[in-house]
Amino acid sequence: MKIGFYPGCSLKGTSSEYAQSTLALAKAFDIDLVEITDWNCCGATAAHNLNHELATALPARVLALAEKDGLKEIVVPCAACYNRLSVTQHELNENQDLKNRVEEILEMPLSGNLEILNVMQFIDRYIAGKIEGKVVKPFNHKVVCYYGCLLVRPHDVLKFDRLEDPQSMDILMKKIGADSMDWGYKTECCGAGFSVSRTDIVGKLSGKIVKDAYDRGAQAIIVACPMCQSNLDMRRPHINSYLKTKIDIPAMYITQAIGLAVGVSREDLGLKKLFVAPTFA
Amino acid sequence: MSKIGVFVCHCGENISATVDCKKVAEEAAKLTGVEVSLDYKYMCSDPGQTIIKEAIKEKGLTGVVVAACSPRMHEPTFRKACAEAGLNPFMCEMTNLREHCSWVHEKNDQTTEKAIDLVRMLVEKTKLNKPLNEIKVPVSKKALVIGGGIAGIQASLDIANAGHQVILVEKEASIGGHMSQLSETFPTLDCSQCILTPRMVEVAQHPNITLYNYAELESLDGFIGNFKATIRLKAKSVDPKACTGCGACYNKCPKKKIPSEFNEGLGMRTAIYTPFPQAVPNKPVIDKENCNYYKNGKCKICEKVCPTGAIEFDKPDEFVTENVGAIVLATGFNVLKPDFFPEYGYGQFKDVITGLQFERLASASGPTLGEIRRPSDGKVPQKVVFIACAGSRDPAKGIPYCSKICCMYTAKHAMLYQHKVHGGESTVFYMDIRAGGKNYEEFVRRAIEEDGANYVRGRVARIYEKDGKLIVKGVDTLLGAKPVEIEADMVVLASAGVANCGAEELAQKMHVSYDPYKFFAEAHPKLKPVETNTAGIYLCGACQAPKDIPDTVATASGAAAKVIGLFSKDELTREPLVAVVNRIASHDVSTCVGCFMCQTACPYQAIEREEVKNRAGEVIKTVARVNPGLCQGCGTCVSFCRSKSIDIQGFSNEQMYAEVLAVLNTP
Repeated sequence: MKIGFYPGCSLKGTSSEYAQSTLALAKAFDIDLVEITDWNCCGATAAHNLNHELATALPARVLALAEKDGLKEIVVPCAACYNRLSVTQHELNENQDLKNRVEEILEMPLSGNLEILNVMQFIDRYIAGKIEGKVVKPFNHKVVCYYGCLLVRPHDVLKFDRLEDPQSMDILMKKIGADSMDWGYKTECCGAGFSVSRTDIVGKLSGKIVKDAYDRGAQAIIVACPMCQSNLDMRRPHINSYLKTKIDIPAMYITQAIGLAVGVSREDLGLKKLFVAPTFA
Repeated sequence: MSKIGVFVCHCGENISATVDCKKVAEEAAKLTGVEVSLDYKYMCSDPGQTIIKEAIKEKGLTGVVVAACSPRMHEPTFRKACAEAGLNPFMCEMTNLREHCSWVHEKNDQTTEKAIDLVRMLVEKTKLNKPLNEIKVPVSKKALVIGGGIAGIQASLDIANAGHQVILVEKEASIGGHMSQLSETFPTLDCSQCILTPRMVEVAQHPNITLYNYAELESLDGFIGNFKATIRLKAKSVDPKACTGCGACYNKCPKKKIPSEFNEGLGMRTAIYTPFPQAVPNKPVIDKENCNYYKNGKCKICEKVCPTGAIEFDKPDEFVTENVGAIVLATGFNVLKPDFFPEYGYGQFKDVITGLQFERLASASGPTLGEIRRPSDGKVPQKVVFIACAGSRDPAKGIPYCSKICCMYTAKHAMLYQHKVHGGESTVFYMDIRAGGKNYEEFVRRAIEEDGANYVRGRVARIYEKDGKLIVKGVDTLLGAKPVEIEADMVVLASAGVANCGAEELAQKMHVSYDPYKFFAEAHPKLKPVETNTAGIYLCGACQAPKDIPDTVATASGAAAKVIGLFSKDELTREPLVAVVNRIASHDVSTCVGCFMCQTACPYQAIEREEVKNRAGEVIKTVARVNPGLCQGCGTCVSFCRSKSIDIQGFSNEQMYAEVLAVLNTP
């Protein structure tokens, strides 16, 4: 069976290592991820701040293209894309008038039956069951899993994991031997889009996250969102200056962590792209 | 020839705002057999009833159709009025123009058309009505009270003091319920046990009360005035007659580390135990799940040390059957348990506790003898955070309702904490303070102003542990949504009050309706607050919704008053809307062929076998007979009967057909 893959903009740019590691991990388990033909931007924050119709039509086009490709399920690693695609499909299924309008704009039909998977759901469905036999190098490090805001919200639409205290990443990390610790900042804000305009705010908000991880002795912060990752990683100088200390805990993608455990090479996982390099891999 | 009177009610504007009542009356007047047709603003009012009575007398009406609200509301009113005017009350029918028409439709011609149809249907039915007489049934003047908390205790004592016998059933080893767990009570701070235990003892000693502790209702048959309750007396493994309550057994029991339910898991108990020292009856029971003997066949130390030989292992549960006339449900509530608030770490962090656990910490009879010491290390917490609405008023969590008691007990907790830990800091996170009640608002103000509890209006997002402290992250919405972070030593969650475990099963067993949250439903939220939809079964206390002690006691006395009222009569009258097997022509002929499909179908065991004999005393045939005392008029038998030999009085097949044809043959 073909499984679709929607990278979105981040995974083709700043977070190419997220795409690289996701595809490498899938390959290690003989799963074929097929990029959706002629995909476009999900609209991100920009679209839904400005125009509801546009914000719905953009992700809807991606969904329609995936359906056209004959796909039943698609993997969407970026938390924001995952959120926009899921919310759009939900909204279109609830609102026939809007659906008619969007189909008219797109000049394409939409069935609205696509299964939209984030990385945890994808791993859970296709990899988790086979993971234990494949681990060659247990990830025996202390980690904290950081979920951010978009992955589990809104719960009514996504119906994924517990809202205030999600567990899906922790469960997967424990499977590869990690000591996944409870901590206080699982779903706190990283500063998100202020990454560009107000790096001081990102320094403060992400700083608190990194500080709590550090205080608990974590060796890595595990993430599943390109925006979170870049704030925790690329903005580390701002974080360090807010904390007035240098903290070198890496913020790495869950696909990279699992990839390492099952023996995928550093290069294939794009580890060298991390600003704060993991010392243990 | 029928002479039907049609009386259309406006119900103020409830009906007339969308239905043209005048037109309904005019159209009804044109129907064959309708002698008089009128509309009036309030038919249920005294002048309205007088209109009906006078019409009956003046026109010699043979039937009355009142087109108004629900028959649940006013059918008794109008039937009584008809009876007063000399018409058999069952010749009076109501059609519901309010709930079935005006409230659910817009104002237009179709709505009025529908109202006319509803009236036409009932006119046709009423033409076929036959005079019926009420059924009289005797009343067993003995009450069954289920639940021995303060609600059940109060109801039992009130009924018993009026001179009637009471059977009180309590599932735990002792009566007392949640109130016996509480420390001090708001708004007077009198000690809960001090006011409760005398009542508990009174119950035990009352000559009119039979107490079955460690017992549960197994099954219930019958109907108002004549219930048959089977009660399971769970095997206690201790003969209460022989036991003197000396305590030798539980002092020597080797299993000492069982979390005590009474202390909400903060203290330990033994396998043979009384829940608490003031238990009534003060006789131990053996917890078979945890007893060494029951688990692996060895021990029996309690048997060896018992001076009176009261221990009796391996006795099965026993059953008793009681005939009672009325039942009071007083099964109480529970508080939300772990895993409901993963973000608050309840169940994960030892020092995050529920309000009920705090009661045990503050209680003189509790595990810390009334000193506020936190569960993890026994230290006196210097900073305590209280979180109101933990679960309540949170639709996302599936509990949209207000648990009502938490605002008050949280204020009390903060107050008790400040009284007991001088220099301690208490912070209360709240959404709103709901302190409606006598001296309640003053009590909360006292906690804030005199005892210095720090009230922060806002929700707590998350609690996590760091360096031995509980970090409470919340928001202060009165300071412009300013984030607040408190390093607390202990956190108390005012967890939502929820229905008691087993409530749903019990409700189904007793045919009592319940709401989506499994709280038992009143017959009417305002006007029948202690009745259920099942006649003869009453409600009180927190099994209806979370309630404080004053409300609980008030409803308990209310339910008791209803029972005493019921017992003031020797006989009850029931509506004669029951099934009958036809007896056409002479008395011994029936079209019933004796297949008894009806007997299998009847959910109330109301169908009996009757032998029809000839003069020589020989059995000609066996036919079905309906016991009118047991029949609930559901009609299941009617649909099963192959020879059309059963009908419901007042709802015969002919009457139903007449209604259907009336609407099909709309002109």
